[in-house]
Amino acid sequence: MAVAKILLVDDEVPFVDTMIKRLTKRNMEVLPAYSGDEALKKLTDHKRVEVVILDVKMPGMDGIDTLKEIKKKFPLVEVIMLTGHATVESAIEGMKLGAFDYLMKPSDIDQLVEKVTEAAAKKRVHEEKIIEAQMRKITTRGR
Amino acid sequence: MVDNRGKKNTGSASYADFRFKIALLIVVVSLAPLFLVTGTILYQFHLFSNKMVHAHLDEMVLKHRQKIDDFLKQKLNDISHLSRNYALSQLQEKQFLHQRLRTLHADYGYVFVDLGLIDDSGHQLSYAGPFDLDDVDYSGSEWFEKARIRDAYISDVFLGLRGQPHFIVAVKRIWEGREYLVRATIDFVAFNTLVEDFTMGKTGTAFILNHQGEFQTQPPKGTLKLTMQQYMNLFEMGESVRGGAVSRKNQSRREFSQDPGQSELYQIAREYEFPKNEYTTKRPHKYKTFTVEKTAQNGAQYLVIAAFLKNDDWLLIFQQEKKDAFAELNKTQIIAVLILLAGAVVIIFMAFFISGQLVKRIARLDSEKEVMNQQIVETGKLASIGELAAGIAHEINNPVAIMVEEAGWIQDLLEEGIDKADNFEEFKRALKQIETQGHRCKGITHKLLSFARKTDSRVETIQINEFVTEVVDLLSQKFKYANIEVDVQLNPHLPSIEASATEIQQVLMNILQNAVYAMEKTGGKIIIVTGTESQNLTISINDNGPGIPPDNLARIFDPFFTTRPVGKGTGLGLSICYGIINKMGGRIDVDSKVDEGTTFTIVLPLDKQEPKS
Repeated sequence: MAVAKILLVDDEVPFVDTMIKRLTKRNMEVLPAYSGDEALKKLTDHKRVEVVILDVKMPGMDGIDTLKEIKKKFPLVEVIMLTGHATVESAIEGMKLGAFDYLMKPSDIDQLVEKVTEAAAKKRVHEEKIIEAQMRKITTRGR
Repeated sequence: MVDNRGKKNTGSASYADFRFKIALLIVVVSLAPLFLVTGTILYQFHLFSNKMVHAHLDEMVLKHRQKIDDFLKQKLNDISHLSRNYALSQLQEKQFLHQRLRTLHADYGYVFVDLGLIDDSGHQLSYAGPFDLDDVDYSGSEWFEKARIRDAYISDVFLGLRGQPHFIVAVKRIWEGREYLVRATIDFVAFNTLVEDFTMGKTGTAFILNHQGEFQTQPPKGTLKLTMQQYMNLFEMGESVRGGAVSRKNQSRREFSQDPGQSELYQIAREYEFPKNEYTTKRPHKYKTFTVEKTAQNGAQYLVIAAFLKNDDWLLIFQQEKKDAFAELNKTQIIAVLILLAGAVVIIFMAFFISGQLVKRIARLDSEKEVMNQQIVETGKLASIGELAAGIAHEINNPVAIMVEEAGWIQDLLEEGIDKADNFEEFKRALKQIETQGHRCKGITHKLLSFARKTDSRVETIQINEFVTEVVDLLSQKFKYANIEVDVQLNPHLPSIEASATEIQQVLMNILQNAVYAMEKTGGKIIIVTGTESQNLTISINDNGPGIPPDNLARIFDPFFTTRPVGKGTGLGLSICYGIINKMGGRIDVDSKVDEGTTFTIVLPLDKQEPKS
C-alpha cells in the first residue's frame, strides 16, 4: 500500500512531472493538477486523496483561494503549501486557513516526504476517530 | 545625479529677483511714512517758524519805530517846554540859552547840538552851540519855510550851513504879537545810534528814508542791497497797503499843509495812544508794518520790512537776508533732512541686508528640500526595485525548483544503477530539462540586468517604445499571476525623445505596478498605447480595474499618500512620477471611474525645451 495518496498542484508542468516521478519512487501515489480548478475537479473524482501539495503562486485561481475551496469542500484533506520566499506571508495565511504546514520551494525531497507522511498520518488518525465516533454512535444506538 | 543645471541658473536669478522685491517692499513701506511724517512736520514747522520770524521782525520794527518816534517826540517836547516856560527876554539871552543847552546835555547827553531863537524874518536872535551862527539869516531855507507855518516841526536831515548832516526841531511861539521859532539841532550821530542799534543776525540792518529818497540815517554799510527805486516803491506800497484809510489820511495831510493851525506835535503824540478810530475799531495804520521779499542785486533773497514814522514822512526800513533771518529754521531743516537721509540709508542697507539673509535662508531651505526630494526619489526607487526584486525572485524560483528536482531525480536513479532499463534515456531527458530551465533563468537575469544596467539618469535620446516593451516584459510574470491581459499598441513611427532612461522606466514601472496591484485579485486588461498628439508624445496606460474614488483622485500625486496597508507601499511612486514628468516639461493626466477603470496619460513635449523648474 502507498505511504500516502497525494494531489500535486502547480502550474509548472515540468516541476509536477518530475516531482511525481520522485514521489512515486518513494512509495507515494501522486496525481497531477496544473491549476486550482483542476485540483478541485481531481479531488471530487478521487476521494481517496489524503494530502494536497499546493503551490501558492498560480495564475488563475491562486493557492490561497484553492485552499479555501478545498477546506470548504473536503475539510479532512490535509494541505501542504509550497511557496517561494517572497510569498511566505501567504503561506502563513494559508496555515491560518487550515493548511497542515508549508515548505519553501525548492524543498528537500526527504523533508517533503516526511511532512506528507505526517499529514497523511494525521488525516488517518482523524478518519479513524471519525469512524470510531460513528461506530460508537451505532453501538450506543443499538444498545 | 539628476540634471538640474538649468534649474539652478533660473533659480539664482529668481532668488535675486525675489530679494530685490523684498528689499523694495521694506524700503517703500518703511520710507514712505518716514518721508510723509518728516515732510509734514517740516512743512508745518516751516509755516510756523516763518510766521514766528515775521512776527518777531514786525515786532522789532514796530518797537524801533516807536522808539524813534518817542525820541523825536521827546525832543520836540523838550523844545516846546523850553519855549513855554521861559520868557522871550530870557531866550534872547545867549547866556541863558547856553545854560539851557548845558542842562539838556546833562539830562540827555550830547543829543542837542545847539539851541537858537529865530524871529519871523528868519533872523537868528540868539544862539548857543559850538558853531558860529549868531545873527544868521535862515529866511528862504527850506526848513524855515516849513516850520513857520506849523506849531511844531521836525526837519529832514540836511547839511545846512555847517556842512554836517543834522536835523532841526523847531517850535513856533507868539510873543508880543510876533512869531518866533525856538529851534534845536539834533546830533545826527546820537539819532543814528538809535537806528544803528537795530541789527539782527549777520545781515539785518535798519535805516530811514524820507519821501525824497534821502537817507535820514547812515546808509547801510557796503552796497545797497536793492536799487533806490525799489526802496522808493516801498512808499507807494505802504500807502496801497493802508488802502482807503490812507487816502483819507493823505487828504488830511494835504489839509495840514493848508491849515497851519493843526498841531503836528499833537499828531505825533496821538500816534502812541490807541485812539478809537471813528469808523473802525482797528488799530490805526501807523502801527502796521509791511513786508516785501526782493531779490537783491547780488542775487540773494532779501526780506524788507518797513513802517512809517514821523507822521508818514519817514520810512523805517529793515532789511535782512532771508537766509540769515531763517538761519535757525534752515539749520533745523538741514538737521532733519540729514537725519532723514541717514535713516533712509540705514533702512535701505538693512532692507538689502535682511532680504539677503532671508533669501539666503530660503535658498538653503530650498536646496535642503531639493536634497530631501532627491532622497525621496531614491527611496522610491529602492522601494520599487524591492518590489521588482521580489517578483523576479519568484519568477526565477520556479525554474530553479525544477532544476533542483531534476537533479534530485537523477540522484534517485543513480541509486538504482545507471544500466537499469531506460534510466539512460531518463538521464538525458532530465539534463535536457535542466538546460531548458537554465536558459529560462538566464532569460530572466538578462532581462533584469538590461533593466538595472541603465542606472545613470543622464538625459539621452531614447525610443519610448523600447522601454514600454522592456518594462512590460519585466512585469510579464506578474501580469500572468494576476490574470492580467496586456495589450500593447505601439506607434511604429514614434519619434525619439530627450529623456533619462531610468526615469522613464521608473514612471512606466510605477504606473504598471499600480495597475497590477489594483487588479491582482480580479484580473483584467491593460491597454498601453503610444502615439503623438500635436507637438506632444503620449503614452496612455488604461486598465479596467476598480478605479480610483474621486476623494483619492485629487491626492494620488501627493507624497506619502497610499491606500495600501502599512508596509506594502511608500506612497511615493506616483509623486515621483509626477516630479519626473513635470521636470521634463510634460504632464500626467488621470482619468478614472470607479468600477470602470483608470487611464494614466503621460504627455511629453517633443520640441526640446528647457526643463521647468
